[in-house]
Amino acid sequence: MKKNGPVELVFHTLFILFLVAPLAAVVLVSFTDKGYLSLPTNGPSLRWFKTIFDYPGFIDAFWMSLYLGLASATIAVAFAIPAAMAIGRYRFKGRDAITGFFMSPLMIPAVVMGVSFLRFFNQIGLSGTFIGITMAHTILVMPYALRLVLASITGLPRDAEQAAETLGASRWIVFRRITLPLILPGIAGGWLLAFITSFDEVTMSIFVASPETMTLPVRMYHHIAQTIDPLIAAISTVLIVVTVVLMLALDWFYGLDRILVGKG
Amino acid sequence: MSEAAKVDRQPYWLSAPGLVLFLAMLGTPLLLTFILSFYGFDFTKGIQPGFSLNNYIEVLGDSYFHKIFGRTFAIALAVTVICILLGAPEAYILSRMRNPWKSLFLIVILGPLLISVIVRTLGWALLIGGRGMISELLQALHITDSPFSLMFTTTGMIIALVHVLVPFMVLSVWASIQRIDPQAEDAALTLGASKFTVLRRIVLPQIMPGVLSGSLIVFALTASAFATPAIIGGRRLKVVATTAYDEYLNTLNWPLGAAIALLLLVANVAIIMSYNRFIERRYAKIFE
Repeated sequence: MKKNGPVELVFHTLFILFLVAPLAAVVLVSFTDKGYLSLPTNGPSLRWFKTIFDYPGFIDAFWMSLYLGLASATIAVAFAIPAAMAIGRYRFKGRDAITGFFMSPLMIPAVVMGVSFLRFFNQIGLSGTFIGITMAHTILVMPYALRLVLASITGLPRDAEQAAETLGASRWIVFRRITLPLILPGIAGGWLLAFITSFDEVTMSIFVASPETMTLPVRMYHHIAQTIDPLIAAISTVLIVVTVVLMLALDWFYGLDRILVGKG
Repeated sequence: MSEAAKVDRQPYWLSAPGLVLFLAMLGTPLLLTFILSFYGFDFTKGIQPGFSLNNYIEVLGDSYFHKIFGRTFAIALAVTVICILLGAPEAYILSRMRNPWKSLFLIVILGPLLISVIVRTLGWALLIGGRGMISELLQALHITDSPFSLMFTTTGMIIALVHVLVPFMVLSVWASIQRIDPQAEDAALTLGASKFTVLRRIVLPQIMPGVLSGSLIVFALTASAFATPAIIGGRRLKVVATTAYDEYLNTLNWPLGAAIALLLLVANVAIIMSYNRFIERRYAKIFE
């Protein structure tokens, strides 16, 4: 293994600075004590973090995003497990097409999904409902859940299952007592990634969310479109902290590089 | 025979729940939008059911929409090229680091993917705005005397989009670097090749598949990006996604908005497909 020279290290430092700079800017501005955008020149102040509680709209939106993430990630994983068993364990006609269909939300622009759900929910009377937006998010996060569950099933040695089968266990018992516990890290990782994706999603939700089902990113978008103030920076800082905590959890369960690099 | 048939049906039963969900909740909405794109629209009477190609003719024939589609794909191209120039070298540098640093920086680079795009775009708005930090810094250093803003400019949009998407490029190149045999580089060096020759003849050809698939992801995601162009570009610098949004939620001309959105989908899929075919033809050996 060769070492990086000075040119490489300078490039690397600038690259990391470029990536971190906007996040650092958000965090710094959120600690200001001024009434306008500025750096915390008089030392850090929690003024704007306290102000968040004067805006029930943001608090409600936070809970909405939380419930929505919990519901859609759970439903997506429930559908992803049997589908992953089929795709990971069997060679059958239409397998590639089915896999492609489940993965298609990654390829369809979020705007297209947004306008399609808007029209669909209007037609069937689900517009502005929690059920509607939950279904939309379930579709959106399904590829993430499926990919991780599938990766853990594909990499699984089958000897324990075969032993149980030989000893007379039914298919269901084999699945529940042997397979399920073994793929649990993949399921947990897939669930968390699905949750984060749902929690962060903005483009599709803008079309589907009503005032009653407005998610936090959508409310933040509408706020930023009007005005950019330290309040929105404070809310963003809270979001960054929440994401970092979830990221550490994801790393603990499954290994962050494994998820993101996509190796099972 | 009957036993074999039973075993064969198992995967279909297992994938059935998901398939039903996807057909009902994704297939149907897309189909409805496809039908909607052929409807008419009247400012007083609203959406008029029917079948006409007027919406498509309007989008494909109007120079206003040509400009928006042109701008969107020009930005996507610029963002892709910059992501290659920044992301590929960074992935290579990362691969030559040692281990606490390697994992640490991998997380620093990939972590932002999990942070909401709204938050990351807000960061750029704070940095590049008229009273933003870069402007203040340049004035404090007397590099410029007047406030300096990249908000509502294409440059600002490109910078923010590169930030949002460059992790995908690093990721993709990183994955292909993992397959390189480090001994090939050593062998070339031992045989007297210069560092530059090693880079050009050994490293570059092997990371090319990663660069290509990374460009595909970056291009497709930039072309359909909404939040970053909407916040940085504002009302004036429209891209395809923000135009569809305006037709839906401001003008309320849903049929026209549907046609715009579907053209974006078709363009995206066409680019992905032809690019995939190109990669498969060019790099079939590496992918096997």
